[in-house]
Amino acid sequence: MAMKSGASREPFQLSMLFNDSRYRARTIQVFAFIILVLAATWLLDNTIRNLAALGKDFSFGFLWSTAGYDISPRAIDYSSTSSHARAALVGLLNTLIVAAMACVTATILGVFAGVLRLSNNWVVARLMTVYVESFRNVPALLWIIVVAAVMSEAMPAPNAFRGENPRASMVLWDSVAVTNRGIYLPVPDFTRSLGQAELALGALDLNDIAILGVLSLSFLIHRGLVKHAQRVQSATGRRPITWWKSLCIFALPMVALLYALGFHLDYPALKGLNFTGGLQLRNSFIALWIGLSVYTGAFIAEIVRSGILAISRGQTEAALALGLSPARTMRLVILPQALRIIIPPLISQYLNITKNTSLGLAVGYMDLRSTLGGITINQTGRELEGMLLMMLTYVAISLSISVVMNIYNDRVRLQER
Amino acid sequence: MKMTIALAAIAAATLTAGAASAGTMADVQARGKLNCGVTGGQAGFSAPDASGVWHGMDVAYCRAVAAAVLKDPNAVTFVPTTGQTRFTALASGEVDILSRTTTWTFSRDVDLKFSFAGVNFYDGQTFMVPKALGAKTAKDLDGATICIQTGTTTELNLAEYFRKNDMTYEPVPVENNADIQQKYLAGACDVYTSDGSDLASTRSSFKDPQEHIILADVISKEPLGPLVRQGDDQWADVARWTLNALIAAEEFGITTENVEKLSAGTDNPEINRLLGKEGNLGEQLGLDAAWAKRAIAAEGNYGEIFARNVGEKTPIGLARGQNALWEQGGLMYAVPFR
Repeated sequence: MAMKSGASREPFQLSMLFNDSRYRARTIQVFAFIILVLAATWLLDNTIRNLAALGKDFSFGFLWSTAGYDISPRAIDYSSTSSHARAALVGLLNTLIVAAMACVTATILGVFAGVLRLSNNWVVARLMTVYVESFRNVPALLWIIVVAAVMSEAMPAPNAFRGENPRASMVLWDSVAVTNRGIYLPVPDFTRSLGQAELALGALDLNDIAILGVLSLSFLIHRGLVKHAQRVQSATGRRPITWWKSLCIFALPMVALLYALGFHLDYPALKGLNFTGGLQLRNSFIALWIGLSVYTGAFIAEIVRSGILAISRGQTEAALALGLSPARTMRLVILPQALRIIIPPLISQYLNITKNTSLGLAVGYMDLRSTLGGITINQTGRELEGMLLMMLTYVAISLSISVVMNIYNDRVRLQER
Repeated sequence: MKMTIALAAIAAATLTAGAASAGTMADVQARGKLNCGVTGGQAGFSAPDASGVWHGMDVAYCRAVAAAVLKDPNAVTFVPTTGQTRFTALASGEVDILSRTTTWTFSRDVDLKFSFAGVNFYDGQTFMVPKALGAKTAKDLDGATICIQTGTTTELNLAEYFRKNDMTYEPVPVENNADIQQKYLAGACDVYTSDGSDLASTRSSFKDPQEHIILADVISKEPLGPLVRQGDDQWADVARWTLNALIAAEEFGITTENVEKLSAGTDNPEINRLLGKEGNLGEQLGLDAAWAKRAIAAEGNYGEIFARNVGEKTPIGLARGQNALWEQGGLMYAVPFR
């Protein structure tokens, strides 16, 4: 609103704080701030006073006392004699593991479903519509429980694998056992293992480090190869054939390393009451993972579809006119532009997955909510401290995901000059 | 659901000014209803029947308290709680008394700031397995997948027992009894561990109870009893002495049938004091003289309550065992009314 210069010459009066639009906005803000501070102070004061009335103090000392309960699965060393802090850390890792896995599968599922929903094939497109509409319109918790119920009710118990004429048998050349306690997979094992390095938070497997080292080395060499191919292409217009060189760069060192370490697979085997050996994907984990993936995948599918549809048809036509194949048109022209529309809402979906992992409680997945926010709070009676700590942790995880995704978003964003 | 309750509890602790400072008994009498925390459904201890009326040992105790304090055994609101929500519910004032097969332990009494009124059931943790599993003792359970109700002492006992015996197990933490039954019957866990009474009660609701055995190994002491918030001694006294009155009534042979007759006066001075004919025990407690008479008339004495809810003639079929009166070789012992 344009002010006449003459207005400012008027002497200041108190009523102008409310009547004069120059001051009013600020007055309202000051009042809102004061009310906010008062409300916060009152809440805090009341909490402290009521805690005192209940005879409870506010302290995080309980974190260092013995937890006394067992957790499975656990990514780091933990026993019932470990501390509550350690139990919380084990729970946090379980949260992060299932969140990361669900983010990956939900993205893959979502991209496929989103692209296929735009397919010219009527059946495929309608199938994807059915998937999206049925999964995003039912609460995530129900999907998680459905998967858990199917796993525990419909799969055979371990003792069905026993005996001369077992009622159930392992699949994939006797390597994978699907039971009502989860799926047992073979895991890599090394006869000439490098052992483990003891670190502050847990043991680090040196074999994994070696494999990662060789992989990243191969990756660097491969990048050199690609750069060279591009140079040749821009100089001569002809791209040299590189696929077999790439294959050699990745495969040969890895095979050599695995041979040197004495690589073999450790198969699950029925021993005593349960399968032992191999890797057990527990029912609770599978239910949470699949449930969150299919649920969030439906949302991601819509995000991907909207991103692709937002790119004007002219882009595709121009790319095809230049002689690019449909696959390259998608990869080089459409997707890079669609990504900048897709990424911001995708961040929200990743945050949703991470926070929804706390639904694992319903199926007995021992994540942060179940260890720190469940058993620890219950055994120590530290509701306020536990809940605060848990909220702060979730905030920290969510903000970290946001930061990483925003950095990525800046990179794919349209460069404006 | 539980998250909500925990948050609500924090919010309640934050918003209500000095909930614990006013006398609980005055609050209950002003409200005209006793809020009693119970299990969501454990046959024999607290479970609603087909018409929604709650029955069980823990329920009977709450009715006795309501009868003593409010003169009406039906003036009780039963609040179902889970293993995890129960203490928050009590601490935040959502319930006045928690009568929920809760084990009396040091840390709950001292650190969680509760007062136990006594023991209304002596129990111990054990294991239930399907007969087909072939386990005869707890030592056969190495490597087993075990369903546990989370938020209970069971969790800690189990971890300790397996560690002590150098055995491994796979815990499956489950929120409530119904979920455990479903998982256990589906074979998703080999073993269900809980207090012996809970296992017997659960087994009685199975279609084929004889296919499941409860192992003889008892790995812990679980004295179960009602509890109230610490710091309100008058209310704690009411809770403690109502329980004592029920046990004493069995000792003296006071039943629902003869309580009316005996309250007119007997030649046993202790019965007279208990039922308000002599002395002023009720007045000392802040109640009227007939408080214990009403408490006993509500659901009967301890023996009657036991027999009706979990005794040998019920589907649960528990023997009195440790829960018999001290005179009959059990542990139930009422402190003198003097």
